[in-house]
Amino acid sequence: MKKSCIISHYCQIRDHAVIGDDETLYERCGADLSDFFTGIYQHFDISYPKFYKMDNLCKLGFLSVELLLMDRNIQQRYAGHEVGIILMNASSSLDNDRHHQQTILDRSAYFPSPAVFVYTLPNIVIGEICIRHKFTGEGTFFVRERFDPLFLFNYVNQLFYQDVVQCCIAGWVETLGDYYDSTVYLIEKTGKPDAGITIFEPDTIKHIFAKEK
Amino acid sequence: MLAEMTGIRLKEDNSIAPAPFYASVVDTALLAEKFAVIDDPVQYTRFEQLAICSLHDALSRSDVDPADPGTLFILSTTKGSIDLLEKEKENKFGQDRIHLWNAARLIQRFFTFRNEPLVISNACISGVQAILTGARLISAGLSDNVVINGTDIVSEFVLAGFNSFQSLSNGPCRPFDKSRDGLSLGEGSGTVVLSKTPFNSNRAGNIVVGEGFSSNDANHISGPSRTGEGLFIAINRLLKKSPVEVDYISAHGTGTPYNDEMESIAITRAGLQSVPVNSFKGYWGHTLGAAGIIETVMCLYSMHTGVLFGTKGYNEPGITHPINITGHSMKKDIKNCLKIASGFGGCNVALLLHKI
Repeated sequence: MKKSCIISHYCQIRDHAVIGDDETLYERCGADLSDFFTGIYQHFDISYPKFYKMDNLCKLGFLSVELLLMDRNIQQRYAGHEVGIILMNASSSLDNDRHHQQTILDRSAYFPSPAVFVYTLPNIVIGEICIRHKFTGEGTFFVRERFDPLFLFNYVNQLFYQDVVQCCIAGWVETLGDYYDSTVYLIEKTGKPDAGITIFEPDTIKHIFAKEK
Repeated sequence: MLAEMTGIRLKEDNSIAPAPFYASVVDTALLAEKFAVIDDPVQYTRFEQLAICSLHDALSRSDVDPADPGTLFILSTTKGSIDLLEKEKENKFGQDRIHLWNAARLIQRFFTFRNEPLVISNACISGVQAILTGARLISAGLSDNVVINGTDIVSEFVLAGFNSFQSLSNGPCRPFDKSRDGLSLGEGSGTVVLSKTPFNSNRAGNIVVGEGFSSNDANHISGPSRTGEGLFIAINRLLKKSPVEVDYISAHGTGTPYNDEMESIAITRAGLQSVPVNSFKGYWGHTLGAAGIIETVMCLYSMHTGVLFGTKGYNEPGITHPINITGHSMKKDIKNCLKIASGFGGCNVALLLHKI
């Protein structure tokens, strides 16, 4: 019998709030997306100046994983190549694609910039998280119409069973215009499941995703 | 390719660039003519036409039934129909057509794939990562057949971006060469069909997708690691799990100074410096999300025919670690082929193909 994996923690950023493991960690109503993200960064005293250069998708993914991993000592517990990152969303990098498109719309004011263009790929958010936490493991970005707990479970589960990862950060990171929504899960191997532990399975993934604050 | 010709040409097309540029572009009239046999080209974007053409061809020569519950379709692309973004709100295909999931859904309906398709968008490693993902889903028993298409188009969006990075070559790209000065963009589409069981009717059945790993440099989002760290980790994990003798390496070899240098370092660190290496980018440029698929198709061709292609554009070594670059085509029996790729976001992938 194969051992189960557990969802050891999760973090959710949606509807003006940050939720970590069922607790509201931060809330700020009325702020626009940019102020809200900056508010989270400042509230949790994160010190990582590169944050300000990121596009909104990377900011959302970065903050979600930052709060997911806060005080978890992941870097001490796993080698870099043992940690995988599997993220998905619906709009890919369209939010920042529009930004890049603005720089090339008018030939008389043509100013495409590498600092914008580099964020026209959705997997850059995985790169930003890897740089921050020194993770060198598996990374894949999937684009799906909707969050699909069963697919996430199947894909991440086989990464564990084929020994590709020992620990996995997986979830949904979507932003487009003023809209943002993220749920990221920290998934680890465990022995016998104890009471109170969240088993990593489609229903628990779905249950957490469907939570409202 | 045997005649060492290239499809990369100097193009003048004011609709996608203010100045002439080098790229390998699919002839629009020829594409429309080919597509007209399948359906009305007017109803499909350039991206969709390319993808459907390639899939139509591959599926017509395969036993795989898209409607089978065990069949999965994976689309590998970086930008899909990004040319629609210029007139995002008033383009004739509608505002939602630009979404990658929607492109995959359209293709799904076109070929009547039963399952919801997957889209992998992982920069320049998308194609190889998609094959690796398909193979893993099959070995985990989650799919019986996986149809993988990789497509990207040459667009103003991408040209302007790479131009702003100053990573475009002043002529056709010259992978690993001393005088290399950047990449050439290309467009195209490729399809591979993976199956749990070999096809009797198809000679491709004697190639097995072996181990593969992806790895992140954790170093920089737009520049490769100076030490080839991520690519080395991916190759090293692969060889530890599957310690075979590699006969041939199909490199990413974009022709940018940093990428090719990084690959030479990673290949040397992995102890593979004497293995013949080539790059296909000099023939049809860098096709981004399609590259890993099209190049893997060429690897399969080489494994079947024993023809190892030369590296178009390469004359003189221009890397600090002397790996074994294949300049001109030659005969070689290839049992184990290593396909590698690297991309923005610090991502790298290594995949093994075996002939049985």
